[in-house]
Amino acid sequence: MSERRPAAASHRLPVLKTHKVYVGGKFPRSESGRFDRTLAPDGTPIANICRCSRKDVRDAVTAARAAQAGWAARTAYNRGQVLYRIAEMLEGRSGQFGALLAAGGATPDEAAAEVQAATDRLLHYAGWTDKFQQVFSSVNPVATSHFNFSILEPMGVVGVLAPESPLLGLVSSIAPAIAGGNTTVVLVTGSQPLPATTFGEVLNSSDVPGGVVNILTGRRDEMLAPLAAHRDVDALLLCSPDPDVARSAEIEAVHNLKRVAVRPHEDWTDVQSPYEITDLQEVKTTWHPIGS
Amino acid sequence: MQSSTATASFESPPIDTVGVEERVARLCSRSIKKDAKLQALHLTLSMIDLTTLEGADSEGKVRQLCAKALQLHAALPDLPHVAAVCVYPALVGVAKRTLKGSGINVASVATSFPAGQAPVEIKLLEVRRAVEAGADEVDMVISRGRFLAGDFAYTADEIASVKEACGDAHLKVILETGELGTLDAVRRASDLAMRSGADFIKTSTGKIKPAATMPVVLVMLEAIRDHYLRTGEKIGMKPAGGISTAKDAIRHLVMVRETLGQDWLDPDLYRFGASSLANDVLRQIVKQGSGIYQSFDDFSM
Repeated sequence: MSERRPAAASHRLPVLKTHKVYVGGKFPRSESGRFDRTLAPDGTPIANICRCSRKDVRDAVTAARAAQAGWAARTAYNRGQVLYRIAEMLEGRSGQFGALLAAGGATPDEAAAEVQAATDRLLHYAGWTDKFQQVFSSVNPVATSHFNFSILEPMGVVGVLAPESPLLGLVSSIAPAIAGGNTTVVLVTGSQPLPATTFGEVLNSSDVPGGVVNILTGRRDEMLAPLAAHRDVDALLLCSPDPDVARSAEIEAVHNLKRVAVRPHEDWTDVQSPYEITDLQEVKTTWHPIGS
Repeated sequence: MQSSTATASFESPPIDTVGVEERVARLCSRSIKKDAKLQALHLTLSMIDLTTLEGADSEGKVRQLCAKALQLHAALPDLPHVAAVCVYPALVGVAKRTLKGSGINVASVATSFPAGQAPVEIKLLEVRRAVEAGADEVDMVISRGRFLAGDFAYTADEIASVKEACGDAHLKVILETGELGTLDAVRRASDLAMRSGADFIKTSTGKIKPAATMPVVLVMLEAIRDHYLRTGEKIGMKPAGGISTAKDAIRHLVMVRETLGQDWLDPDLYRFGASSLANDVLRQIVKQGSGIYQSFDDFSM
């Protein structure tokens, strides 16, 4: 009765992927050990994803802080090269992202168009990294004998509440932040987290130093408040159309006077401009004495 | 001074490395939360030897460190003070003057720290000068080269003569476990130091990695326990180097409590040698109170 048979090809067990979070250049699970099930629009389960806790937020901020000085010290040109490299790697995986978006309900044409738009968006900000400083810095006329000039510096660690738009919105919120020398902690709380966890793999193979982008999946009500209140986070980028979400996060953000930028867009097709970079920059003005 | 052969001729028990690692792993899994955590954090602060041992240390740097020792964090008034400030012998004077009347001890490293590769007369002179300048505690390094060559009598003699030179000052003996290689050697050196007059045994200089790893500390704690059971004498323990987070410190406290008991949870018998640990502990204390994760930017250097 117990004779051995070779397993028929049709009986092969499927190898399901574990979608882990991306923190400090590594792919850990949530410290809490919890997970959520992601469902396709028709209700069939697609994958398990980590349900991160406030302690994962804490660890991600530590990683982002550790990476920030080194990332800001890169030349602007080099940051542009790295962003371009992300676009290259995303292009190479366009089929995979297309399939993920299609599994989330997009038509094949829509999915392909969104992957292309996300790739182009990375190119856009790759081009701006070594140009926004020239455009937005200034030499200021003053009445005293000073050489007075203003330059832009990165805010530091930026907390990002990622938008519902699973790929284009995600890329459109992360790219301008890191283009300007910030590091990010990205909370992915929408109904389609798989493009974001897979984008972590793209980042990991694109010369982006570990810790520059940290991607956590889970529930907004568990992660946003500790991130918004965290004193080592310098700015928040809240991509949510719900004014109550932005308001509650702004209240938490008051402890260390974080800058809060709100992006209520649902359609991210046209959300592309150098002002997206400068919104996450601090202006430093220097008064340099000169002979009269 | 005891005769060296008598001091050095004894057997140390062999160490079961796998057993030590398992015990450490089990102790590290304890969860210390809420009130117990807050109590542990305060205890940790009171056990810290705030340390600066850099070639670039100046009087200004030491005064700044002493100011930090005197006021850890202005926003938290009810903090205990640290146990001691630990500096090089040349800077003992300025530390002593700055800390006068505060109850905070001044510890000085001596005996040609960190290598210990100097003639013994020079080492003893250094110890005497440090004590004359006001050091309450002396942290000496053993001659690892002689110890590893099997010259236990020399090592024992050296520790005994430094103890003599210390006078009333407490002697901490640094084994520099990162250079000893095996846990058996750590146990042997611990036994040797305690029999030769050490008041404290200390893991490391902080200049060599690995420094105060948990298995090494557990072996030293067990040596202290066995010494206490044999003689009734309570020897102190000071892990130093590599303990930079409050979480690490609490794990050490658990290990001390489980190995030596409540008596050793006291700055007179247990110290942390650290420079960055204090700020992480302060961060956690503020976090415990406010529920908000803190930034290092909000705490003085």
